[in-house]
Amino acid sequence: MTDTQWPVWEVFVQANPGIPHKHVGNVHAADAEMAIQNARDVYTRRSEGISIWVVPANSISASSPEDQGSFFEPSNDKPYRHPTFYKIPEGVKYL
Amino acid sequence: MNFIGIMEDEKKLAAFEAKIASGQKIEPKDWMPEAYRKQLIRMMSQHAHSEIVGMLPEGNWITRAPNLRRKAILLAKVQDEAGHGLYLYSATETLGIDRTELLDQLHTGKAKYSSIFNYPTLTWADIGAIGWLVDGAAIMNQTALARGSYGPYSRAMVRICKEESFHNRQGYEIMMHLAQGTPEQKAMAQDALNRWWWPSIMMLGPSDDQSPNSDQLMRWKVKMESNDAIRQRFIDRTVPQADFIGLSIPDKDLKFNEQTGHYEHGPINWEEFFEVIKGNGPCNAKRLKARNDADKKGRWVRDAAMAYAEKKKAKAA
Ligand SMILES: [Fe+2]
Ligand SMILES: [Fe+2]
Ligand SMILES: [Fe+2]
Repeated sequence: MTDTQWPVWEVFVQANPGIPHKHVGNVHAADAEMAIQNARDVYTRRSEGISIWVVPANSISASSPEDQGSFFEPSNDKPYRHPTFYKIPEGVKYL
Repeated sequence: MNFIGIMEDEKKLAAFEAKIASGQKIEPKDWMPEAYRKQLIRMMSQHAHSEIVGMLPEGNWITRAPNLRRKAILLAKVQDEAGHGLYLYSATETLGIDRTELLDQLHTGKAKYSSIFNYPTLTWADIGAIGWLVDGAAIMNQTALARGSYGPYSRAMVRICKEESFHNRQGYEIMMHLAQGTPEQKAMAQDALNRWWWPSIMMLGPSDDQSPNSDQLMRWKVKMESNDAIRQRFIDRTVPQADFIGLSIPDKDLKFNEQTGHYEHGPINWEEFFEVIKGNGPCNAKRLKARNDADKKGRWVRDAAMAYAEKKKAKAA
């Protein structure tokens, strides 16, 4: 049997209540429980978080950087999705 | 590779360099030249190894710290260094190499770590000197690296730098207390400074004439500043700190140049530095053995944890 450094888990930490979990890095661990404990020791030694998510690294699928342009293109030609697209007369309030 | 392939790569290289020049970070899945990837793996893994080998000289004093406050602080500091090692190994893994291989390189002596950790910690004052000088020098280097182009490395550096300032201060505080203590305590602090000063300024790497900075590494923002520039900044900041607590820097040629606003230092014994790098420092063999022993003795724990996790999973299924 080859030496094991355990599978990799990506770590997401929520810094404060009411804000999203943010990716902070990863840890190696045998299972989810150990991954959460290791993540606490590695990424929250100075009260950086109140909640931790761990996800097996090989379960994450990502968009590919080469296709970045064409992949996100569809949103570029829809300026009417932004409020600044619309001209509202000076005197109109709360709009 | 055919002609079209070469043209493709040149286009990618130009885009890569333009991205870096504009201050954007390179992320793991982005295209990068092989030389960039290789150089980063080498640098980042050396850095990771330095963090964990660096735990050994300090760990040596945890059980003998002079009081509970100092012991708790030293424990927290050494734990931080383990954390730094982990951030850096995980950042290195994003370049497509796994931790088992990186650790193998360390344990077989194929990979290097910082020369400084091959010196012994003989007295408690050495713990002060390490935090003040060694972590202080590392901060100079790491704040520069935090501006580097590779996203995961740069982010790890930002995080590490935040934690290092506690390391630096607790070390200075140890030195300050000793320097203000009995004549014996002050002598112990001075002795530690005498032994750690030169290795600390050497750890920032060979002088620029011996290690010409490749334009490419600078352009790729793998290296941000020359060794001598970082060393100068470290000396300029540290000398007044020594003066303040009445300790003297063991360099009879050290003088402040009013014109340049910098300290000038005496000749550095590079022969010693290269000997230590080659493996002939006072503690190289001891450090490597400690790492290898820890790895071997920990093996059954890693295997058992994995077997247990698999058994639990099978039961749940
Ligand atoms: Fe560190
Ligand atoms: Fe460091
Ligand atoms: Fe440190």
